[in-house]
Formats: sequence, C-alpha cells, structure tokens
Amino acid sequence: MKTATGYQGIPRWIFAVAAVGGLLVVLPLLAMVAKVNWPQFIPLITSDSSLAALGLSLRTSAASTVLCVVLGVPLALVLARGDFPGQRLLRSFVLLPLVLPPVVGGIALLYTFGRQGLLGKSLEVAGIQIAFSTTAVVLAQTFVALPFLVVSLEGALRSAGNRYEAVAATLGARPTTVLRRVTLPLVLPGLASGAVLSFARSLGEFGATLTFAGSLEGVTRTLPLEIYLQRETDADAAVALSLVLVAVAGAVVGLSYGARRSSAPVAVQP
Amino acid sequence: MRTRIVAAAIAVASAAALGACGTTAPATTPSGSSSASQLSGTVTVFAAASLKSTFTQLAKDFEARNPGTKVTLSFAGSSDLVTQITQGAPADVFASADTKNMAKLADAKLLDGTATNFATNVLEIAVPPSNPASISSFADLAKPGVKVVRCASQVPCGAATDTVEKAAGVTLNPVSEESSVTDVLGKVTSGEADAGLVYVTDVKGAGDKVKGIAFPESDKAVNTYPIATVSSSQNKELAAAFIGSVTSEAGKKVLGNAGFGAP
Repeated sequence: MKTATGYQGIPRWIFAVAAVGGLLVVLPLLAMVAKVNWPQFIPLITSDSSLAALGLSLRTSAASTVLCVVLGVPLALVLARGDFPGQRLLRSFVLLPLVLPPVVGGIALLYTFGRQGLLGKSLEVAGIQIAFSTTAVVLAQTFVALPFLVVSLEGALRSAGNRYEAVAATLGARPTTVLRRVTLPLVLPGLASGAVLSFARSLGEFGATLTFAGSLEGVTRTLPLEIYLQRETDADAAVALSLVLVAVAGAVVGLSYGARRSSAPVAVQP
Repeated sequence: MRTRIVAAAIAVASAAALGACGTTAPATTPSGSSSASQLSGTVTVFAAASLKSTFTQLAKDFEARNPGTKVTLSFAGSSDLVTQITQGAPADVFASADTKNMAKLADAKLLDGTATNFATNVLEIAVPPSNPASISSFADLAKPGVKVVRCASQVPCGAATDTVEKAAGVTLNPVSEESSVTDVLGKVTSGEADAGLVYVTDVKGAGDKVKGIAFPESDKAVNTYPIATVSSSQNKELAAAFIGSVTSEAGKKVLGNAGFGAP
C-alpha cells in the first residue's frame, strides 16, 4: 500500500525474505493440491463418512462460535474496560489456549468434564454425560477458539476508546443501553472477525477433540479426525478431504476480510 | 586380574555367539576377533508404537553388548512409518506391527532381503481396575449401556477387532472408534470407557491401571510382527546384527516378558 507521498519505507531485501515466508505457507498447500486424485475427487469427498464428518464439523463449529460470542464478549469487555485486581492474570489465563498444545487442552477438559473429572461426577448424577458426545466436541472447540474472539474484540474495544460511551452516559444512557447502542455497534467489525477466526479455529480443532471426545462417525468424528483416520488406508481420500478443509477455511477467512473492509466505514458513522 | 580376563573372554564369546544369530552376519573364525567387535556406527530402527518398551530395552542391551554402536529408535504407527520410509526417511531397520505394512515396503522394493517374523500379539479386553460394567467375556461388551471403545477398522487393531467380532458372532456398539490402540487404552485408563479392545502387551504395559480379560475368540486374529533391513540402509551389517539380537533367545525373552507370543 502506497502512502500519499509515494514513500514505501520498506528496504528491498525485506521483500525477498517476505517471499520466502510466503512460500513456506503456500508451497506445501500447492504440493497437496498436486497430489489430489482429481478423477476420484468428487466421489471421495461425497462418500457417506466424508459428508458425515463435514456436516458434523460445520454444525459443531457453528455451535462453538455461538458459545464463543456469548462467553467471549463479556470477557473481552471486562478485560478491556474493567479495572480490578487480577485483571492481567485473568487475561493470561484466557489467552493460554492460544499457545497450549491442543492435546493438553483435551487432557485438562477430560479431568474437568470426564466421568472421573472435577465436574463430571456431579454431571453424571444429574444425568448429563459429556464424554463421547457431540457436546464434548463443542466444548473442546470452544476451549481452543475462545481466545481468538477475546483477543480480536479486546483489541477493537481498546482502539475504539470510550469517548462515545462517556458522551452517551452523560446524556443519561444507562450502562446496558450504552453497551447495546454505542459500544457493540462500534466494535462490530472486530466482533465479526473474531467470530470468524473462532469458527475457523473450531473447524481445524483436532488434538483436544481426539483426547476428550473420541472418534465416532456422525457423533464425534469431525473432518480433521476423519482425515487422520483415512490417511491410514486411503491417502487419496485424506488429501481430498484436506483440500475441502483448506477451501472452507480459506473461504471463511476471505469472507471475514471482505466483511471487515466493507463494514469498517459503517461503524464509524454514528 | 584373572577374573577380569575370564570375564572379558566370556563377553567376547557371547558377543560372537549373538552375532552369529544374525542371519546375514559374516562368518568369522571362532577364535579370532569376533564379528561383534567390528560393529560400529549408528543403526536407526523404525518400530511400531506397540514395541516401544521392548525395543527400548533391546536397544539398550544391544548397545551394552556392542560398545561403539548406537541404536536410534523411532516409534509410530506402522503405516506412518511406512509413509516416512517411502518418503526417504533414513531408517536401517523396520519392525512392523502387521505383515500388511511390511508388504507395502516389499512391494515398493525398499527391503533388503525378506522380512523375518519375530513376535505375535492378540487382542484382550482392558477394563478399569474396578471393572464398573462387570465384563467377563467378549459377549458382555455388547450388553446395553456398556461404554466400549475400540480401534477403527482402518487401523490394524481395528481390523483384528472386526475379525474377532465376526468369530464371536457379537456386534459391538462402541462409543468411540479410535485411530490408535494407545488412544483406546487412554480412554480406559482415564476411566471414561467401561472397556476397550487392546493388545495383550498394552494391558501388560499399563500395569495395574487396567485389568485384562482374555477371551477365547482372540486367537482368530493373531497379529504377526515382521522385521527387516531397509534397502537404503548405509550400515546393513549393523542392521542385520540388531535384527539378530531381536530374534535371538535373549530377544525372545524380553518380548515374551512383555506379553508377545512366539511366531
């Protein structure tokens, strides 16, 4: 992007290194595309087990995204606008799943919601069994995806500042009204991109699901788990399904950038 | 002094004897320097995940018996290892958990000579120590409400489960079909599942974290473990010597202690 003066401010050699970085991501994807068995592509991705896995992935990721929004918006608000002891600690903990290996998340969830877990025993008494259920998949996905929403939204809240909110409050608006009429519309693009990122992360979730939820067709075997299993016997199917996952993820990320660009000016209009 | 010399002589003799067990170990004069003393360098062994504890032990024994040698081990699912070797991973020896994956390497002309079968393994039911669902036979696994975890049909342990299911005339209704036997065991040790179908060796390896229940139908699906030298090996002599130590009496004993059967 050129600035008004036409000055780019980037040394030429940076482009060379950036190209290597870009290739590191793009080249493996191209290599995978080259491996696709095109004549068999459609039959491979429309087999019963593939469709079951894709359907389950889309449904659970949608549910996780909703859960992320419901839980993540208050969290981001508290972290961005609140002022209380332990705030930084809370932020570190909320962001932890970003850097945690997913399998660790799965083990942690197992010892929380599993049959022998912290809450699992009480839940079982109440007649709720989470292990080996689709609920377990949604929980695992929400665990790993929540930080993406919180980070995006907290950033948006901080950069938006609280001037408009202060003005609304002086005009007599109550906190809930300010939140609903001023704050949320202001950060809607940030919320949207956070939600999209959460969806994408949920879609790719593998380790926590495998550890915590198990793998059964139509119940807990999401697309990444199906790919992992197919790879054992049918490399063509695994590659074809991987491409589907890349396509879906690419579409989702592309959509979010598109949405951000088109909705950004709207947000500034009061 | 004297005892030290005797001990050294015994060490040389036993090393020579062990070297001779290797199928392709070069013939050496009995009194001359043993073949074992010529062995040096590193041998990289790709072995099925279920061989982890036994091969770690066997490698340690091998290194102790052949100073100057080093055994590097890499454990993963057999089919993963086959993929890695066909993609050029530097393996000298491949030990598979089933003959099917070994055949894949043979078909790809990546084996040096033919494979030797060195162990067998059968399925067993693993239950948590308290056995919450009171499982005592294979048929019990099909009782309503029993949370059974098994391997998916695509992986060797799952194929064995299919065979046993057919032989017993029992249809399982699993809550999860895992892609590796260790994942099945994990669901049982964590207490999430009431029962899981794993190998006898997995039950033994888990110690008192699970209880094993043998069942007669298991002998309908005996898994055979083959081992072979990879054709691209840079140190075929050492590779052959290591294979020799696995198939030796001492090797059989280590494998037997872990629950493996003789081929």
